[in-house]
Amino acid sequence: MPFPILLTVITFLPLVGVPALFILRDSDHEGIRRAALAISVIEFAVSLFLLRGFLPGQAGYQFEELHAWIPAVNIHYHLGVDGISLFLVLLTTFLTPISILCSWTSIHDRVREFFIALLVIETAMIGVFVSLDLFLFFVFWELTLIPMYFLIGVWGHGRRIYAALKFILYTMFGSILMLVAIVWLYNLSGTFDLTGIQSFLHGTQLAPRTELLLFGAFFLAFAIKVPLFPLHTWLPDAHTEAPTAGSVILAGVMLKLGTYGILRFCLPLFPHAAAQMAPLIATLAIVGIIYGALVATVQTDLKRLVAYTSVSHLGFVVLGLFAFGTVSIEGAVFQMLSHGVSTGALFLAVGMLYDRRHTYEIKEFGGLATPMPILMSYFVFICLSSLALPPLNGFIGEFLILIGTYQGHPVWATWAATGAILSAIYLLWAYQRVALGEVTVEKNKTLPDASTREKFILVVMAVTIIVMGIASPYFTHRMEASTNAIVQELNPVALGQKQAPKPAAAADSRRAILPGESSTVIAPEISRGAR
Amino acid sequence: MPTLGEQMENLRLLSPEVILCLFGILIMIADAFTPKAKRKWLGWVSFLGVIGALAAEYTLARGPQGTAYSGLIRVDGFSIFVHVVVLAAAGLGILGSIDYLEMEGIQRGEYYALVMFATAGMGLMAGANELVMAFLGLEMSSIATYILAGSRKTSARSNEASLKYFLLGSFATAFFLYGVAMTYGATGTTRIDLIHDKLGAAGHAPSLAVLALGLIFVGLGFKVVIAPFQVYGPDVYEGAPTPVTALLASGPKAAAFALMVRIFYVSFPTTGSLWFWAVWISAVLTMCIGNFAALVQTNVKRMLAYSSIAHAGYILVAFAAGTAYGVAAVLFYLAAYSLMKVGAFLVLAHLGQRDERKLDIKDYAGLGVKQPALAACFSLFLFSLLGLPATGGFLGKFFAFQAALDAKIVWLVVIAAINSVIGAYYYLRVIVAMYFWDPAEDYTATPVAPTLVFGLTIAALGTVWLGVLPARVLDLAQAAAANLLGK
Repeated sequence: MPFPILLTVITFLPLVGVPALFILRDSDHEGIRRAALAISVIEFAVSLFLLRGFLPGQAGYQFEELHAWIPAVNIHYHLGVDGISLFLVLLTTFLTPISILCSWTSIHDRVREFFIALLVIETAMIGVFVSLDLFLFFVFWELTLIPMYFLIGVWGHGRRIYAALKFILYTMFGSILMLVAIVWLYNLSGTFDLTGIQSFLHGTQLAPRTELLLFGAFFLAFAIKVPLFPLHTWLPDAHTEAPTAGSVILAGVMLKLGTYGILRFCLPLFPHAAAQMAPLIATLAIVGIIYGALVATVQTDLKRLVAYTSVSHLGFVVLGLFAFGTVSIEGAVFQMLSHGVSTGALFLAVGMLYDRRHTYEIKEFGGLATPMPILMSYFVFICLSSLALPPLNGFIGEFLILIGTYQGHPVWATWAATGAILSAIYLLWAYQRVALGEVTVEKNKTLPDASTREKFILVVMAVTIIVMGIASPYFTHRMEASTNAIVQELNPVALGQKQAPKPAAAADSRRAILPGESSTVIAPEISRGAR
Repeated sequence: MPTLGEQMENLRLLSPEVILCLFGILIMIADAFTPKAKRKWLGWVSFLGVIGALAAEYTLARGPQGTAYSGLIRVDGFSIFVHVVVLAAAGLGILGSIDYLEMEGIQRGEYYALVMFATAGMGLMAGANELVMAFLGLEMSSIATYILAGSRKTSARSNEASLKYFLLGSFATAFFLYGVAMTYGATGTTRIDLIHDKLGAAGHAPSLAVLALGLIFVGLGFKVVIAPFQVYGPDVYEGAPTPVTALLASGPKAAAFALMVRIFYVSFPTTGSLWFWAVWISAVLTMCIGNFAALVQTNVKRMLAYSSIAHAGYILVAFAAGTAYGVAAVLFYLAAYSLMKVGAFLVLAHLGQRDERKLDIKDYAGLGVKQPALAACFSLFLFSLLGLPATGGFLGKFFAFQAALDAKIVWLVVIAAINSVIGAYYYLRVIVAMYFWDPAEDYTATPVAPTLVFGLTIAALGTVWLGVLPARVLDLAQAAAANLLGK
């Protein structure tokens, strides 16, 4: 029997840590940093208990907590994790201490407020992943905006105010319509509880127009967050202007709030509308993959380049989700995690360059491998992970998505695959311009190599990249029951059949959508449980 | 001739207003004997009066309720709820006024006495069960607030606000009175709870009743500052001394909305389909005008004035629902709105400094560094006005949307939702200035007086409380709504 309020503890522990920062004097920067780091490391340690208590192979929610919150309108405090949210929670608790560590020397102003913002956003993001009540979900969803708004606006670079406003207004516009849709769903079903709504929708067929409108309202909110082409324009600005820690959190976790929302709400709640819109959305995702990659290629600003890679990589995730296959969705979930780690690591490395030179202009760099060989070798390693080199983490997700998509939609997969090639071009070319050749700028000759703190960060990220690549079955084994459950909601729709319970065994449902003999062999090898 | 027992019962049911008026008179008498330096204590006396009235509400809420003075006044869950909102706003407004008047050098007893009378008038509006009684309450609160708006006698703008408010306000109350007269003509009664039966019973001229309702809508629409009667609002709100603006934006609005709910829902429910479109159109206009005009303001006080117009529009969205839940949503919104709006204006009362010179958004650049606590408090109110979760403002909007969607009013909700995002821009701009801009050099922060700290703390805690644990207040609001419509 796991600790009964483990999820509540994990969700609110960072927030409870905030008053601790107020005990310290405002000028005691070192103490504040250490306290924030200690809180986030304890949080990470506590969150590992989730892994220990989690039972793989179960589709339902675990560690559930259910209490009445606003009884008059049937709002509950309902928490729980399944195989999908489990790792996203861990990703959040893992990236927060890293981003605190990476801000150690780069933040000098309003140090306490900075770390408070990071801790508050951690609580809000975890809250989004573990909420099973739509109202509670929305509360946390909106709460993520405020700390990020301040992170960009206060500690950002040149055009920070513009970027912060653009970020928050864009996301709010999407989410307010989602709120209307949530209330609408409540008026139809009489509950805000996700499982309650799901069982209501199983019993009642919504009018197609209603379902489409509801799906649209939810999807718009999530698509802006992802961001799906053509709603991505806030992202390059927000990323470029944010401080490194902000970018790591933004790319690492916040973009996943969008894809997580699609997977948790849009697909299972509105399967018919999702099926109807899938071709359009998949097309947009593919356009995003290629467009993001092409635009990244021509960037002269290193951070903007990394920002556009997110547009491209998240396009893969959306494509995987809307291909409706077990493998593709599992790949999408894995890609969410691996993008969080790889792109987070890319931003960390870029941030380390910025700490030294206070610029992101690629032409200001060049030949950096000579003065700082260690930093640059980690940089290339991270690039390789991001461009999906086997057997690193990026490869697993992208490969599963492509193979899963290919089963039903070979054309989509073919187009998307070009994105995989382009990613090699823009990342390696960027690496070449930054690290290889002669040192062109005089100042760069004397740049110091990675400090102990930076080495520690880079080693942790690199180890995670390798572990996720090699031990991927450990992850997929825990995800597959949950992703299968979602695919079962979708499949009758996608195949145009009546809703009927499908065999629960993972292997069966996989075989049902994998006609090709060869792929049935490959895919389970990668994703079958190791333990 | 009522017996002594009946007289006592009448007085008991009217006790909050009686207490307020007694304190008002007491303050006016004491004012004559109080030296100028000690007049600040009269503010505390009036605060005590508000506490006394709140205590009276508490006993009324626990004890038996009913009608007083042959049905002129009705004490029920609905009137008690609105009373508490009005009294809370008045109490907070007084806390903000004490130091403001000290700073401006216009500390006078009559100010507090007028606040007492105005609050008593609002109480009568909330509890009126008869249209002439409602008119009496409306006049009582209006006349007191006309004078309050002109409290800064040497300021041209304050005088302008007072005069404008007076001229247009009397015009509007005249509309209301015409409406009352025509209602009497159409139904032969002015009792709010009897009008409906009379309308339904015999074949009285419905067109006259409709005209009456239209005139009442104009009169009360003016008081709650909804389009197309909103034009005076920003000028008056901007010109009035800021703590008075806090009072104007909260109490009278809550009381007038309560009266509107009572008349529309209880007396004219059959004409629902008629007033529905009037309210619908007015809601859209109010939200759009309020928000779009607020977008371009650089004076923060004026911006907040337009924002109150926008908020009246959101309340109309809940009002349009025409259901018991709609009433509950209106009540909850009024509670949340009063707290956050009074809070925001009280912060401004301090920030504006002497003569209200520092009201431009540029003055607040870098306030987050200069006065972190005050800036954080202001941000909380702004976030609540914006409608961010974990604040009362969010739940107010949420319940309003819910009530309207429940009544299948989808497009109005969508328009309201989009409006609230437009509104986000101008609230965020103030936060941008406070936290993201470099500190303004010609602005020196002044320490916040303990009285104001006390008031702001209550408002801030209330705003968060309504946002995190709204269950109790929502239950009360729903009980009040059921009480009102169950008759």
